[in-house]
Amino acid sequence: MAKEKEVQQLSEVTVRFAGDSGDGMQLTGSQFSDTTAFVGNDLNTLPDYPAEIRAPAGTIYGVSGFQLHFSSEDIHTPGDQPDVLVAMNPAALKKNLAEIKKNGIIIVNTDAFDLKNLKLAHYESNPLDDGTLNGYTVFSVPISTLTENALEGTSLSPKEVARCKNFFALGLMYWLYNRPVQNTLDWIQDKFKKHPQFVDANTKALNAGYYFGEMTEAFTTRYDVVSAKLPKGTYRNIAGNEATAYGFLAASVLSGLPLYLGSYPITPATEILQYLSNFKNFGVKTFQAEDEIAGVTSAIGAAFTGNLAITTTSGPGLALKTEAIGLAVMTELPLVIINVQRGGPSTGLPTKTEQADLLQAVVGRNGEAPVAVLAAKTPRDCFYMAIEASRIALKYMTPVILLTDGYIANGSEPWRIPSVDSLPKIDVKFRTEKEGFYPYLRDEFLARPWAIPGTPDLEHRIGGLEKADIYGTVNYDPDNHNKMIHLRAQKIKNIENDIPELEVDGEQQGELLVLGWGGTYGAIKEAVIKAKALGMTVSQAHLQYVNPFPKNTGEVLKRFNKVLIPEINLGQLAKLIKSEYLVDVVQFNVVRGLPFRVSDILEKIKETLGGKNGK
Amino acid sequence: MENKVEVKTAKLTAKDFASDQEVRWCPGCGDYSILAQVQRTFPEIIDVPKEDVVWISGIGCSSRFPYYMDTYGFHGIHGRAPILATGVKLGNPKLSVWVATGDGDLLSIGGNHFIHACRKNIDIKVLLFNNRIYGLTKGQYSPTSEKGKVTKTTPYGSVDYPFNPTMLATGSEATFVARSIDRHTKHLQEMIKRAGKHKGLAFLEVYQNCNIFNDGAFSILTEKETKDDNVLVLEQGKPMVFGKNADKGIKLDGFSPRVVDLTNGQFSKDDLWIHDEFEESPVRSAILSTFTEIPGLPTPIGVFRQVLKPTYDEGLVGQIEDVKKKKGQGDLADVLFGGNTWEVN
Repeated sequence: MAKEKEVQQLSEVTVRFAGDSGDGMQLTGSQFSDTTAFVGNDLNTLPDYPAEIRAPAGTIYGVSGFQLHFSSEDIHTPGDQPDVLVAMNPAALKKNLAEIKKNGIIIVNTDAFDLKNLKLAHYESNPLDDGTLNGYTVFSVPISTLTENALEGTSLSPKEVARCKNFFALGLMYWLYNRPVQNTLDWIQDKFKKHPQFVDANTKALNAGYYFGEMTEAFTTRYDVVSAKLPKGTYRNIAGNEATAYGFLAASVLSGLPLYLGSYPITPATEILQYLSNFKNFGVKTFQAEDEIAGVTSAIGAAFTGNLAITTTSGPGLALKTEAIGLAVMTELPLVIINVQRGGPSTGLPTKTEQADLLQAVVGRNGEAPVAVLAAKTPRDCFYMAIEASRIALKYMTPVILLTDGYIANGSEPWRIPSVDSLPKIDVKFRTEKEGFYPYLRDEFLARPWAIPGTPDLEHRIGGLEKADIYGTVNYDPDNHNKMIHLRAQKIKNIENDIPELEVDGEQQGELLVLGWGGTYGAIKEAVIKAKALGMTVSQAHLQYVNPFPKNTGEVLKRFNKVLIPEINLGQLAKLIKSEYLVDVVQFNVVRGLPFRVSDILEKIKETLGGKNGK
Repeated sequence: MENKVEVKTAKLTAKDFASDQEVRWCPGCGDYSILAQVQRTFPEIIDVPKEDVVWISGIGCSSRFPYYMDTYGFHGIHGRAPILATGVKLGNPKLSVWVATGDGDLLSIGGNHFIHACRKNIDIKVLLFNNRIYGLTKGQYSPTSEKGKVTKTTPYGSVDYPFNPTMLATGSEATFVARSIDRHTKHLQEMIKRAGKHKGLAFLEVYQNCNIFNDGAFSILTEKETKDDNVLVLEQGKPMVFGKNADKGIKLDGFSPRVVDLTNGQFSKDDLWIHDEFEESPVRSAILSTFTEIPGLPTPIGVFRQVLKPTYDEGLVGQIEDVKKKKGQGDLADVLFGGNTWEVN
């Protein structure tokens, strides 16, 4: 037994795993996350991978990364700068080194630093020897060789052995950060149950990595991050797409309506379709359509027949669905469109995050075609906003666009699981009485009746041509059109009476309010916390409802001298806020395909306050 | 309430399917005949309650059809009728779902939805009103217009080749493929009935005259003097005979159909192609589809092919039932609290 090693307590750590897209970095990262969640840390993750499935090995553009921030405190972002980099090859080092904290820890797989890989990574000399890494704490570990040694005598081919090296790295990281291996061992057991040889090999690799940390002289210190003080309850780690899927499943149960999902695979939204395809025993109907237009149009057909109908997509897909969404506006059918935003325009950056589809969602249709637009702010918030989007669609007989983004869709955080009883019931009434039935006779919310095929004596026709008020027949009368345009707009506007007011976190009035929407919540929150810790007075408000805005939004804005709006676009919310409330705003727009860095927002807060510190 | 005690024992009539909307097609349009034949046959075809019938359409003259039927109806957007109908059928598989569409709607902008609805064998009935012209936009050539067609957008004649609708449906493995003509009213009624009784996707092409923008496109098939020599009426199990005096027949030489004279003693009915619409292979349906492209051959009308295979909607419902049986009705709490959870006290 090696001598007992020192354990150093840390309050937070940011780790980045990086390697070839075939190296299993996403798996390694998500396993480390699950175990870290299990030991009770708060955490936040950022998977960052290329659009190419298996880019040529060793290239810089083929590097796949997974960043994880964990803490004994409440945290809200995946961390600006990693404290630790695990680099499985030279390309991974090259791509990530600049972002690693000075004095940070770098663990490299030295076996991968051969001439070929150095050349592919555009290194003239070996960075492990030439001083490139001066100032970092470098652990050079021959991960491939050690994995081979550990798996000697197994029936695996050399290629299969090589593929186990991520488990060695994971085991080493478990030792270094004092986490148990058991969760991952259980996972391996389940995942490879049909292939006992892989259960055996991966188990050996994981344990070998762990023991290597313990035995080797190189590591003198291990670290520990104690549990965060989270509210009492049962927790799981959840990513946004999974939460979105569960949210719609819940909405189906809460409304008593069958869930229908018409969808076409598109990154980064596909997982929602995959998750929901598993829930056939809830009566969920998933239809993988021939194209994006078919996904939404089939959902409109299903809505006509009384289903909770949804469609999932990302920006380019939303563009294709545009005309059909207009049809749902005209026919006033309940429909939820989920747009997991990615970098645009066009095909853009499929695997990266962005917030540039806001205006597309709010106004991107022909004619006056208002829809409700909601935006989830964190991975777990996707669950609640999916239920909320369903509630609004069904109550107001309207399409609702729910915006999430690649970051919160793939990123994960601990979630205190709500009891089913605590979730809101969703009331749905189908029209069945013939007496007084008119297809466009509205209720107090301006919603029209939902009379579904199969209901005797209520046979009626709907469609995309303008409808006569009340009667719903085709009508070209100018005054009728004017009236219907206003009615449809008013119906959406009325939703403001039915949603929570905009809350201000911090001083309720003063010099500066930082206003955000959607997936930037965590970064803004952490920046505001840091600004306050530096003695600045600054408040935060975050929009989950973008159309209509919460009723008190204008009034909140007027309580502050300055409003700063950080967005991962060129100022789309800023545009809406300025035109709606005639207030001036300070914009902060960085569009790098990545979540905001907390430090960037903090700098902008400082700059905006201009030395007044908000007081 | 009054309407709840109303017992529907009376047999439905054509009138029951006519809505209160004024029909607004041009006087003389072939669509009137199709509407009339549908309304006449529906009392016989529809074996579900009337409220379970839904008509779906896209955009175009033909797509106004749902407004004139007193059933549930949905006038959709251009090209999307088959997929809108798919959503309706999957939303409630008990419904009897019908599509009224035109050659531009189904075969140009909506081509993708059409082939995939055929491929998946969604249990919907698709009536294609083929007039070989864009009517509602006032006379541009369509994907079924003949090459060389002079229209407002092709003043020097079109240079593209037309789609062959029954070939496309056959190639997409539609389980029911048929053709009729607006003015052959009895035949059209028969075909609507056959389509309506088919379980699976039924495709019925109806040649329909647009008397404003493409008048007489099918007159050779409808005028008394010419129709018998130019129309081949397909009948199950019978040799393919046509002509005013039933004096001509179709002989199949390998994959090549040819017209033979039955009067000169060289060929008899025994030499002719015997029509078998239930043949599993789509090859003969495809050969029948080529008739309209081969000079001298008559235009076949009738059922080209009818095969039975499980429908998509049956598959979807069946799978849900199977999984429920295997796993039991889903429980939301089990899903939410499933996976790796931990307690914080």
